[in-house]
Amino acid sequence: MDFSSLITAMPGLLSGMMLTLKLLVLAIIGGVALGTLLALARLSNNKLLSTLAGFYVNYFRSIPLLLVITWFYFVVPFIIGWLTGTNEPIGAFYSCLVAFMMFEAAYYCEIVRAGIQSISKGQVNAAYALGMSYSQTMRLVILPQAFRKMTPLLLQQSIILFQDTSLVYAVGLMDFLNSARSGGDIVGELHQFLLFAGLVYFIISFGASTLVKRLQKRLTV
Amino acid sequence: MISIKNVSKWYGDFKVLTDCTTEVQKGEVVVVCGPSGSGKSTLIKCVNGLEPFQSGDIIVDGISVGSPKTDLPKLRSRVGMVFQHFELFPHLSITDNLALAQIKVLGRKEDEAKKKGLALLDRVGLSAHAAKFPGQLSGGQQQRVAIARALAMDPIAMLFDEPTSALDPEMINEVLDVMVQLAHEGMTMMCVTHEMGFARKVANRVIFMDQGAIVEDANKDDFFGSPRSERAQTFLSKILQH
Amino acid sequence: MHYNWDWGVFFHSTGIGSEIYLDWFIKGLGWTIALSLAGWVIALLLGTVLGVMRTLPGKILPKIAAVYVEIFRNIPLLVQLFVWYFIVPDLLPQGLQTWFKQDLNPATSAFISVVICLGLFTAARVCEQVRTGIQALPKGQTNAAYALGLRVPQIYKEVLLPQAFRIIIPPLTSEFLNIFKNSSVASLIGLMELLAQTKQTAEFTANLFEAFTLATIIYFVLNMGLMLFMRWVEKRVRVPGLIALGGK
Ligand SMILES: Nc1ncnc2c1ncn2[C@@H]1O[C@H](COP(=O)(O)OP(=O)(O)OP(=O)(O)O)[C@@H](O)[C@H]1O
Ligand SMILES: [Mg+2]
Repeated sequence: MDFSSLITAMPGLLSGMMLTLKLLVLAIIGGVALGTLLALARLSNNKLLSTLAGFYVNYFRSIPLLLVITWFYFVVPFIIGWLTGTNEPIGAFYSCLVAFMMFEAAYYCEIVRAGIQSISKGQVNAAYALGMSYSQTMRLVILPQAFRKMTPLLLQQSIILFQDTSLVYAVGLMDFLNSARSGGDIVGELHQFLLFAGLVYFIISFGASTLVKRLQKRLTV
Repeated sequence: MISIKNVSKWYGDFKVLTDCTTEVQKGEVVVVCGPSGSGKSTLIKCVNGLEPFQSGDIIVDGISVGSPKTDLPKLRSRVGMVFQHFELFPHLSITDNLALAQIKVLGRKEDEAKKKGLALLDRVGLSAHAAKFPGQLSGGQQQRVAIARALAMDPIAMLFDEPTSALDPEMINEVLDVMVQLAHEGMTMMCVTHEMGFARKVANRVIFMDQGAIVEDANKDDFFGSPRSERAQTFLSKILQH
Repeated sequence: MHYNWDWGVFFHSTGIGSEIYLDWFIKGLGWTIALSLAGWVIALLLGTVLGVMRTLPGKILPKIAAVYVEIFRNIPLLVQLFVWYFIVPDLLPQGLQTWFKQDLNPATSAFISVVICLGLFTAARVCEQVRTGIQALPKGQTNAAYALGLRVPQIYKEVLLPQAFRIIIPPLTSEFLNIFKNSSVASLIGLMELLAQTKQTAEFTANLFEAFTLATIIYFVLNMGLMLFMRWVEKRVRVPGLIALGGK
């Protein structure tokens, strides 16, 4: 195999990887934040709130991510237009980011919910007995403990999310995979470029999940 | 100080508390005992509003716990509570456990809160452990920290829910000693416990509960001298045999 | 921004014969179901074999299965699809290659690529579930089977797998639902399954809200329906007196 064209294409591939990572990091932050709110809503005593949150989760978990990405690509510009009254296009990047955040939030929600439920009721009572409000109890006592327990699962879900970012190909965003594909197309070496991309994804995912497994072992003993 | 008036509570169809009425005066120590499942924990949790109740009312220092207008967090910040399983916050150091609510609830400055926490830690004999985490302490030590944590809020009364029943026998006394000292200092206390030695030493009154009702509410000497109800007698003879 | 709502759009003619847009959705759903079922057959068969391999004594067979799982779990589905669609056909012997690329209807060759891709991808996940199921069984079961004089293939077929599969019905159900959702990647290599038909309807009619809403409802209803059905199946096959060891 001849790798010279891969080396020439490196800057393009790198900027693709930067986009993938940027999307990943922002989607994790937004997804975990939204997922946590959803989990609190699902666990709240307010029937309406918990039913709505439950519906949100079931809904996003039963449709394909690709459908969400495609739909948001078409629809988000419309909604923004209605909301702001302007006609300014928002890029594919932001429609994808919103899609990933909202979709992943459904998955993060279930992880966070299980994490909160694993903390004993006595901790809630103790915090309340000290005069803390609901939000203080959650922020200062329950969530810090829950997040510690959930870290491995949240990371595992984020590795899946890392792989799933490649689906932005559907709306033509130049992420790592799409850069590799188009780079390969240009020089007529699609095979090498795709295999290289696969190898990079594999190394990152495999490396990360090995680390997560090690962390999990450390946390359980 | 604490006045419980005709409190009843249901879990669905199941009646946990039946028309409970009693009073704890300022400076008084009241011990609550009774068989497992008789509703002791439920009653004491109603006092600071951790459990809602459907009828009757509880007045703490002139404030109605049952009223929807009451600022429960504020009321709770003035009533200390100690739990069977300590419930220290495992992710925080001992110092931070003691300081957290002082800072976040009472709005104290961080150094002031830490100083106060350390002073109380010293009082329960644990100042050497300030930097440790709860998981690194023994059960008895954790419970003493939990008492210090409650005291750091300058409570007007203290509630104890079986503070020694999760402890190994050799650690029970170190916790009871702290409680006895508190009683001698004039703290208003309501204690669910089966430690009858503690009751004999410092209690003013003893309440006996069975099946959600207060069956007996008597002066300590009357209670240990001649409990009126048969159920209290059987209960006493059972636990005093140990 | 102006938008013409029209929920009747699905009954409008597409301009091709007497076809209405709803027909596109039905055709798309047909492809989606065909992809999912065909992929699932491969995933279940291969995944079971791999899962059994992971629990066998010895070193080599469990290792092979473990390597398979790591490879297929750590490469994005879309990359795997590109490999099956763009790369593998070029590696075939000449005759087979012309057949696949030229003689076959493009939809058929895309279908074959997607089915292989989904099947092998999902097999890695099924493998892990089968392994978990087998390892959840008490060790005494294997010993008892050996003591009766059964041979290893018989032990798996008669004793271990029937019990393991009952335990893992819930996770297997969610794997099937995943394959159903994942089949939408077929739209990225031009196969006109449900998502692709939706996109096409949206582009043709400009009624994108309606089109995507219908697609969403179809996925949602089928998902929920299948989940309820599998819960019923799980109850049906439950062995009396045994509490399911798996999820709820
Ligand atoms: N959340 C709940 N839902 C339904 N029933 C409950 C609930 N919590 C407690 N109970 C029931 O209420 C009764 C009283 O419980 P409580 O915890 O107050 O008893 P207790 O006197 O403290 O017993 P113990 O000595 O075992 O701590 C018990 O029969 C218990 O089963
Ligand atoms: Mg109790």
